[in-house]
Amino acid sequence: MFESLSDGLQSAFKSLSGKGKLTESNMREGLDIVQTAMLEADVSYQVVQDFMAHVSERALGKRVLLSLRPHEELVSIVHSELISILGPVDPSLHLKKEGPTIIMLCGLQGSGKTTTCGKLAQLLKEENIKPLLVAADLQRPAAIDQLHVIGKQLGVPVYSDKENKNPVKVCQAGVEKAKAEDARVVILDTAGRLAIDKELMAELQRIDKRVGPDQVYLVVDGMTGQDAVNSAGAFNEALELDGVVMTKLDGDARGGALLSVKHVTGVPIKFIGTGEHFDALEPFRPEGMAGRILQMGDMVAAAREAHRIVDEKEREELEAKMASGDFTLDDFKSMMEKVAKPGLMGKMMGLMPGMGQFKDVLESDEAAGGIRQTIGAINSMTMAERKNPKEIDAQRRTRIAKGAGVQTPVVSQLIKQFEVMKPLMQGMAGKGAGDRMKMMQQLQSSGAMNDPNMQGMKMKKGSGKRLSPSERAKQKREREKLVRKMKRNRK
Amino acid sequence: MAFWRSKKNQDDEVPQSKSTASNDAGNEIRPVDVQTTASQSGATSTEGSSKSSGPQSKSGSGGLFSKMRGALSKTRQALNTDIRDLFKAEGRLVDDKFLKELFSRLIRTDMGVASAEAIRDDVAQRLRARVVSLEEVLETITEQTQSMLIQESTGLQYAESGPTVILVVGVNGSGKTTSIGKLAHHLHQSGQKVVLGAGDTFRAAAVEQLTVWAGRIGCEIVTGKPEADPASVAYQTVDRALSIDADVAIIDTAGRLQTQTNLMQQLEKIRRVVEKKIDTAPHEVLLVLDATAGQNAISQARGFSDAAGCTGIVLAKLDGSAKGGVILPIREQFQLPVKFVGLGESIDDIAAFDAAAFAKALFAP
Ligand SMILES: Nc1nc2c(ncn2[C@@H]2O[C@H](COP(=O)(O)OP(=O)(O)OP(=O)(O)O)[C@@H](O)[C@H]2O)c(=O)[nH]1
Ligand SMILES: Nc1nc2c(ncn2[C@@H]2O[C@H](COP(=O)(O)OP(=O)(O)OP(=O)(O)O)[C@@H](O)[C@H]2O)c(=O)[nH]1
Ligand SMILES: [Mg+2]
Ligand SMILES: [Mg+2]
Repeated sequence: MFESLSDGLQSAFKSLSGKGKLTESNMREGLDIVQTAMLEADVSYQVVQDFMAHVSERALGKRVLLSLRPHEELVSIVHSELISILGPVDPSLHLKKEGPTIIMLCGLQGSGKTTTCGKLAQLLKEENIKPLLVAADLQRPAAIDQLHVIGKQLGVPVYSDKENKNPVKVCQAGVEKAKAEDARVVILDTAGRLAIDKELMAELQRIDKRVGPDQVYLVVDGMTGQDAVNSAGAFNEALELDGVVMTKLDGDARGGALLSVKHVTGVPIKFIGTGEHFDALEPFRPEGMAGRILQMGDMVAAAREAHRIVDEKEREELEAKMASGDFTLDDFKSMMEKVAKPGLMGKMMGLMPGMGQFKDVLESDEAAGGIRQTIGAINSMTMAERKNPKEIDAQRRTRIAKGAGVQTPVVSQLIKQFEVMKPLMQGMAGKGAGDRMKMMQQLQSSGAMNDPNMQGMKMKKGSGKRLSPSERAKQKREREKLVRKMKRNRK
Repeated sequence: MAFWRSKKNQDDEVPQSKSTASNDAGNEIRPVDVQTTASQSGATSTEGSSKSSGPQSKSGSGGLFSKMRGALSKTRQALNTDIRDLFKAEGRLVDDKFLKELFSRLIRTDMGVASAEAIRDDVAQRLRARVVSLEEVLETITEQTQSMLIQESTGLQYAESGPTVILVVGVNGSGKTTSIGKLAHHLHQSGQKVVLGAGDTFRAAAVEQLTVWAGRIGCEIVTGKPEADPASVAYQTVDRALSIDADVAIIDTAGRLQTQTNLMQQLEKIRRVVEKKIDTAPHEVLLVLDATAGQNAISQARGFSDAAGCTGIVLAKLDGSAKGGVILPIREQFQLPVKFVGLGESIDDIAAFDAAAFAKALFAP
């Protein structure tokens, strides 16, 4: 599987050189990758189908902007489509001017209802609004205690009646108490229930009918899978929801179920829960969620930023030079200089033909140091030498090394590497990613990449062997270490 | 320990080292009453909801497996995962359209893209361009799934001597505490002396929740002060188990996300502390997964296995409309067997995992 959607798309569009229109045939593979990404993010199958149809309709015939590559164009269409579906936002609780506003939370077992009651109470408290919590879960052992503990922690009153076994009555009594005490908001904590449990769904409908909550929110676990369409659909049918809260998004769940929920209910997503503490409730932001579902992080933004640094024309010139074999050490240098700024490297490499796989390793400081040395070495060459490195003999190598303050082998390696690279780059420009991959492997096994300067650049060579979980874990840890390092460097 | 085994296997039962239960008592996991949900629909919800706690189960009668099957079949209508509607009476041509439809049905089980592709491709390879009968394809898929899930043993691993220590871990709200209650009840019913350890000292009223379960079961519980170090509660629980000569100690832990490194380290610490008391302990580390979870369960299995060394899975909330198909990739990647399934909130709503029944339920009408 691809590390991220954008990597996958990049390889899907290997046959497209850079411009043109999005067509059914050139998009097919890209759309398949988007579909896979969404399914892996737990968006329900049917919802994915509808979404894909919508996206391809929107994308079809669209000219790819000069500044974007086709995969970026598609990502940006998918991204904006997701944002528009997940929106519009409405974080308001729609409090009434007169009398208490009743908010009811419902959902499957363990989704986070009771905790979210506490979080909403905290939110209201911060605005100096007095809430009352009502313990309407009479099923789960110690559910009433749980709400009382939360009330105590927050200094918010809790209504409960351990003798009463009828949640409708408890809710009614809670609302009466709120009126008597002048609480502006009543939050009903209902028991978790399965959407297919007819009887308990009917009970919820009775509360809805007799107590008449102003706002009914469905609390959905962020880790939910394909079943989200069924459960959210059933709750919405029974209750006419007014909003959705998705919890447990502080982990690594992609949260694609939210798209399913939105699709079947059509109600606004109010908040997301990002922790167990009461302040871990955030107003919903479709942009963040869209990026999360697609797992492309700030890919769109990064692409834009990178475009600012190398404009399309420059890149085309570079590609043309590579293709014609006119690519000199001087061009190589200016390419290196562009990317030598820490943090920019990865982004830049993502834009270079076939270089996406170097992203992580290039962001290490070893690599950055190596590139500085390489640039230094090229700087102390004459223009003629840069054009034709073959004429650099042992004597010149020593001179260059001295001038750059590096060891002589560094210069030798650079020259050797460039000679091997040049024809490969020539072939690479305009070729598909698969061929590029092969060439890069060739390049690596040729020893050209064994240069101490370029050590960071060793590419992941697919051996065809499946990694064991522990090997994979090790690889992941190493990658994470690299990323952390990179972040430190950026500070 | 007959009760963890399938009815059909009872004949060829292998004696278990630690069983003190008679077979009859063991079979008590069989529910007491029959299907109450539908018949009560008219009643107002005072006491009488199907969710009422106490030693009653709402699952159908029959042995362990038919119980699991019965519970799973409830949702078939709602889910529309019937692969059979893909086929007309005379059979259908296996073409791209057919395979796409099949794929969509597979995806809906939460097995994930890779597993669904593997199964689809297998069907394509075997049956493409043929006109197939329903039975043929169903057999293929069920067989394949079942073979993915085949596992040597689903029973609990017991200590050779002294108390067996079971540590229960998982993400927030997956069903840990409830599963402990149900599991402890069945062990208790089969004649084993059980001690619970209220190792969730963080979540509001988590200790009270487990205390209610201990009361229902009639077993001992070790609790610490709120905010106490969970490792110290675990230590005391094992200590208590040793001193009262208990057969089993089950330790609850607070829910945590696998990405929270500090909290994951806490699990490692709990393990170490338990190990200090009994060097072969914990004998089981059960990861409780929510059957409604999607692909994140894979990350959960990875994270909790790395930190806590899981030995098995409890798949809770399988009584809902979710299929729990994510255990397929988990089984493949981590060799973690599913040991038990949760089928409701009542004390008897637990069953031994059975690969055949599960595979059938995933795709059955
Ligand atoms: N990490 C994380 N945990 C959360 C979040 N919201 C709730 N939880 C945890 O999820 C678990 C279940 O939360 P509850 O609030 O008890 O869930 P519930 O829906 O009331 O559960 P039932 O009443 O049993 O149906 C608890 O451990 C909470 O602390 C969240 O946003 N992030
Ligand atoms: N329908 C159904 N509900 C279940 C099952 N197992 C647990 N639940 C419910 O799910 C909710 C959460 O269960 P808990 O046992 O509190 O979950 P937990 O993992 O201990 O939660 P935290 O300690 O907050 O992380 C409760 O409402 C349980 O009654 C099951 O098998 N089926
Ligand atoms: Mg609750
Ligand atoms: Mg718990």
